[in-house]
Amino acid sequence: MDNILIAENIVKDFTGHRALDNVSITVPQGKVYGLLGPNGAGKTTLIRIINHITAPDSGTVTFDGHPLTQEDVVHIGYLPEERGLYKKMRVGEQALFFAQLKGLSRKEAEGQLKEWFDRFEISSWWGKKVEELSKGMAQKVQFIVTVLHRPKLLIFDEPFSGFDPINAELLKNEILRLKDEGATVIFSTHNMPSVEEICDNITLINNSRNILTGNVDTLRTQYSHNKALVNYTGSFDALKAALENTCSYVTDKGSNGKGVLQAEIKLKDDDARRPAIAAANEAVELISFAPKIMSMSEIFIKAVEASNEAMPPSFNDK
Amino acid sequence: MKNLRLIIAREYLERVKTKSFIISTILMPILMLAMMFVLALVIVLAEPENKVIAVVDYSQQISPSLKGDGELQFEVVNPVVPLDSVKRDDQYDAILVIGSDIVENPNNIQLYTHTASSMATEQAITRQIEKRIESIRIDSYNIENLEQILKAVQANVSLSTYRLDQAEEKETSSMLAYLIGLAFTMMLYMFILIYGQMVMTSIIEEKNNRVLEIVVSSVKPYTLMMGKIMGVGLVAVTQILIWGIVMAALSFWGVPMVTSMVKASGEMDLISILNQLSDVGYILSLLGYAILFLIGGYLLYSSFFAAIGSAVDNVQDASQLTSIAMIPIFIGLIIGLTVSTDPNSSMAFWTSMIPLTSPLIMMERIPFGIPAWQIWVSLVVLYASFIAMIWVCAKIYRVGIFMYGKKPSMAELVRWARYK
Repeated sequence: MDNILIAENIVKDFTGHRALDNVSITVPQGKVYGLLGPNGAGKTTLIRIINHITAPDSGTVTFDGHPLTQEDVVHIGYLPEERGLYKKMRVGEQALFFAQLKGLSRKEAEGQLKEWFDRFEISSWWGKKVEELSKGMAQKVQFIVTVLHRPKLLIFDEPFSGFDPINAELLKNEILRLKDEGATVIFSTHNMPSVEEICDNITLINNSRNILTGNVDTLRTQYSHNKALVNYTGSFDALKAALENTCSYVTDKGSNGKGVLQAEIKLKDDDARRPAIAAANEAVELISFAPKIMSMSEIFIKAVEASNEAMPPSFNDK
Repeated sequence: MKNLRLIIAREYLERVKTKSFIISTILMPILMLAMMFVLALVIVLAEPENKVIAVVDYSQQISPSLKGDGELQFEVVNPVVPLDSVKRDDQYDAILVIGSDIVENPNNIQLYTHTASSMATEQAITRQIEKRIESIRIDSYNIENLEQILKAVQANVSLSTYRLDQAEEKETSSMLAYLIGLAFTMMLYMFILIYGQMVMTSIIEEKNNRVLEIVVSSVKPYTLMMGKIMGVGLVAVTQILIWGIVMAALSFWGVPMVTSMVKASGEMDLISILNQLSDVGYILSLLGYAILFLIGGYLLYSSFFAAIGSAVDNVQDASQLTSIAMIPIFIGLIIGLTVSTDPNSSMAFWTSMIPLTSPLIMMERIPFGIPAWQIWVSLVVLYASFIAMIWVCAKIYRVGIFMYGKKPSMAELVRWARYK
């Protein structure tokens, strides 16, 4: 199975408000899939539909090759953005309860929990009540509860919020380890650097619509719009003159202090790269010619702004 | 099904393990018994007050027959002594002044006290004086042995009621039926309110904790709601069963013991009441019905409370909606209290069929002995309306648990129930 999850043409209406408008996503098996979008865009609603918590008004969700049913939720692990545990319950008992809800037997759950608690070095918390734990500690327990039943599909909504950098790193490595073991991850966040780091593909939702889908690396190159950074020694004017035919603009970015100059250029089109490099090479001493890669943050902002201009948010409310 | 069981087990165990449950379950019967015991003790052991009463008898007819007892001592004072000086005398707790025409005018009598006089003292004094005046008046007719004749004529009636429409002719007391019904009605009222609201607050807590979204990513919202209602309900049943066992044990051992003690004193009314109370079968059958109606009433109301809990963010916001749920229970309680005057009136009949009030009113009617078909019809209606109620409330719940920040109105709840 190539795609573990396919959501097609999902529509979900709430009173006087369309939360999802014909959204489709296809999540390939074994990848980390980023689900991005501004607050209130409809991400959580989509995640709830994937989790079989709410039903879409129309559209289909296919999980592992068949229509999603309640039985499939044991193969999904979900860490909601707003998360919590039963405060009065003891950590171990609580973890066992959730593991059993996900279909593990008590015995299986106990064995695996011991393993995870050892790995996270939190075995001593087993008999503590959740209300005695700090927020970060509770988050760790929550993470274990989410992944314990070895789900095929993991859904993390802002998993790093509330973690210090050390624990965030620990968590990131655990997520990547789970991916290496074959799990697919849907990852919803506002933290764009972490998207660049761990996501293979993304979908960007704005105003209930899917406005951008694609492979992270491809998007980042595409969004650079043929911009490139040129490092060279020589004269800027000579470079500018040489690139006049192939570039729409050439801007001086100054020097790095060791005599190396930098310029940002924008190629007229994809085919212009080779002639441009050749021309620049003639005019100046070329050190490097690097296509510019956009950060996910910039892509996010650009895409959302463009979509808001084309379709102001107010249009969406009925 | 397995998940429902897990949820019920969690809800149940989390509650019965709490200190407050253990304490209230054990302490409640002990407290009730202790209270009854203390009350009895106070009555039995009430220390005689030992009052000295000065008697100024201008008629000279009453004072010779006044007899003191442990509590009261009478000291006859010569009427020649000025009244004011007697009143000033500290050794008397009270001064009884009897007018010279007391036999003809029994109102001509005054009691002066330094402190507030007790009702018991006043009654003891009047009873003695009444008797004395009566016997003086009887004597004035000059009929031989009139006093004895009057005594022979006097009759003390103690009515024993038997039901003919029941298989066994059992002694019944409608006063007792009223009291037993009242006790069960109050108990049901309390349980439905307390446990129904427990369901509500626990849902609100889950919502605020945000643990709810994690649970519903594993189980259907409906399963979670049902599991919670049933788990909490089991706690209520556990508590009632423990109390019921204590009650049955009391009626088996405790009541016969008291009966033998009371028999010696010859109080006929009390004996027939105690006879009925020591009928373990009677107590258990009432308890059985009480549990059936309790479960039905609890399920009906708690599903509504669950819907309310899902819709709001905190208990304060819930108050407006809970009052809608509480009005029918309250009406049931009020009508239940008045039903005893005529347990077979048409109002009593219909309100004990309408599911919102039926549990409370039925429990008031059953001890009077009503046809069994009425009880069963009422139960069927109650449980059927629970199924209808839970169906609607589960829909509200499913929408409500994801609604934050807005205090919904009743109209909104109705709209949520209509969502697909």
